[in-house]
Amino acid sequence: MSDTAVKTPAAAPTAPPPKRDRGRLLKALAWVALLVVLLAIPLYLDAAWLKAGQYMMIGGVGAIGLTLLVGQAGQLSLAHAFFLLAGATGYTVLSGPSDDERVIGLGLDPGLSLIGAVVVAALLGLAFAPVSGRLRGIYLGVASLSLVFLGLYFGQSAETLTGGTSTGRTPEPFSLFGFPFTNGGPEIELMGVPIRQAERLWYLFLLLTVLAFVVAKAAVRSRVGRSWRAVRDNEAAASVMGVSVTRAKAGAFAVSSAYAGLAGAMTVLWFDILKPDESEFGTYGINISIAFLAMVIIGGLGSVPGALVGALIVNGLPQVLSLYSADLGWFSGTGDGALTPILVSSFVYGAAIILVVLFEPGGLAAIGRRITPAKKPHLPEEQDK
Amino acid sequence: MNTFLQLVVNGLGKGAVFALLALGFVIIFKATEVVNFAHGSLVLFGGYLVVVTREALGWVGASLVGIVSAGLLALLLERFLLSRSRHADANSLALLTIGVDVIITEEIVRRLGVTLPFLGDAWDAKPFQLGGITLFRTHLVALLVAAVLITAFTLAFKYSNWGVAMRAQAENREAAALMGIRSSRVTATAWVVAGVLAGVAVLFIATQDFSGAGLSRGTHSIALAAFPAAILGGLDSTAGAVVGGLVVGLVEALSAQYVSFDFSKSAVFLVMLVVLVVRPSGLFGTRESTRV
Repeated sequence: MSDTAVKTPAAAPTAPPPKRDRGRLLKALAWVALLVVLLAIPLYLDAAWLKAGQYMMIGGVGAIGLTLLVGQAGQLSLAHAFFLLAGATGYTVLSGPSDDERVIGLGLDPGLSLIGAVVVAALLGLAFAPVSGRLRGIYLGVASLSLVFLGLYFGQSAETLTGGTSTGRTPEPFSLFGFPFTNGGPEIELMGVPIRQAERLWYLFLLLTVLAFVVAKAAVRSRVGRSWRAVRDNEAAASVMGVSVTRAKAGAFAVSSAYAGLAGAMTVLWFDILKPDESEFGTYGINISIAFLAMVIIGGLGSVPGALVGALIVNGLPQVLSLYSADLGWFSGTGDGALTPILVSSFVYGAAIILVVLFEPGGLAAIGRRITPAKKPHLPEEQDK
Repeated sequence: MNTFLQLVVNGLGKGAVFALLALGFVIIFKATEVVNFAHGSLVLFGGYLVVVTREALGWVGASLVGIVSAGLLALLLERFLLSRSRHADANSLALLTIGVDVIITEEIVRRLGVTLPFLGDAWDAKPFQLGGITLFRTHLVALLVAAVLITAFTLAFKYSNWGVAMRAQAENREAAALMGIRSSRVTATAWVVAGVLAGVAVLFIATQDFSGAGLSRGTHSIALAAFPAAILGGLDSTAGAVVGGLVVGLVEALSAQYVSFDFSKSAVFLVMLVVLVVRPSGLFGTRESTRV
């Protein structure tokens, strides 16, 4: 669309600049309002709902990482579940007690371990660079799938790290500077609501999600993000312009793996157990890789806020459905052929992928962009091809 | 030595099945440049219809129904979903097939519940001796069937009108269309053929000898192992699919015996990674070149 086509003669002389400013202000206000709501939620919802919300935030963090890789850098990856496992194992091993006979633990501070887990995942992503740098599109997608299978094998065989498929191992509960994110420690009350494990973890996860969001936004706007998009659009042209294609590709993969690693550490805190999968369809299996891809597609490839909405749908739906079903008596069937919340949400997000590709390739982000008042011609980065 | 020979025959038998599946990926990719992530669900769908109709039609009839319906489902997918979004690029269509796969697979796994029926009644679990080695009939039948089907396909691909049209379209879609080749027909046939191959393959996959388990979610993941087969052969090479399939079968059989069963699944993918690092477009794939 050319600029001249949009301008109407009446609006042209005065209207555009203030309109854009107002749009940005509104947008900023909307974000602040959202944050306030998110901060207040633990005061009003009970632990089960908080738990569901935390699971959505795990999805959000992972999806942001994947949207940077798939949408911004143009590299299809099905390996996200592997890096989730890497982060989960990393956190558990680094923070685990060092005197356990059955499994290895380094006894580090949980906060440090969380950072360590992210670093471990990022390094593993970097180690995949010889492969990810050489391959493109579907070839890379299937090649990265191999990491999920390697992860499965690792989980089964490296029992001293993962605790094995039968029992798993318990992670050290998170604490920051001696403040535990459990029911123990100092009694805190906020407006009459005791801030216990569920509430504390909610705030921790919210902090991590906001951090992940802000960093991703910054990356997208920076030189790095620009080099990713250059490589996505045309590798040859990018290298002619002086972008190091191998470095940009490896960097994108490492960053996305780091996000997945963080999501993995959050996962293990959420489940309160590290349990590697027995088959390829578990907590760290193919289906999880696909679920993350679904979040990213539904949200609109490359859009950071879109990834969050995608996570809300894909990770949130089974949680919300199972919470409601307890109240409403849905999904009461068990055993053979029962409709479970997970099944229903699989149907929903499968259908959502199909609909998005058919009718709105830009995903929910494109819809959002159309209905928000502010046009952002100066920010081309979130457009999908 | 005998164990080794036995493993090789078993590996080739499994490989033949992987080759059938990999060929399905390749045919679709050649015709449309779409990678069909829903291939595993075609496999499950064919198998499920065998289960449903077996009592009424007997094994032969049910198998035919399964094979035909897998082909039909592929045709429906192509007609109703993929051909409608001709302007979407091939990668987003691949993502679309992921959505399709999730829905079909979940539904069939739900319907199967805890029953895991075996499908290869005609040859299942009847090992026999040959010169001191014990062979599974499933693997031999699979080899035979795959050899016949793949030969037939190769001949058709080389000499029939459909094959010529298909190759022309793979070469240059627009030019082929200008020469009067009806691309929608070529594409539709490609999907049907791929679906039929998937329907045949499931008759071998969901057997005791092949996977040790009946039709289940695991069947879908075995179909997924044909992915490395197609990729390491080269996604646009039919010969590559056959070679890739056999390599995958052999690697899986040998590593299960000599390393560990758990490792055999990842061994396939490891081999694929090594091949890809050396040859990014697979063993027989065409290299992509860019013009600036």
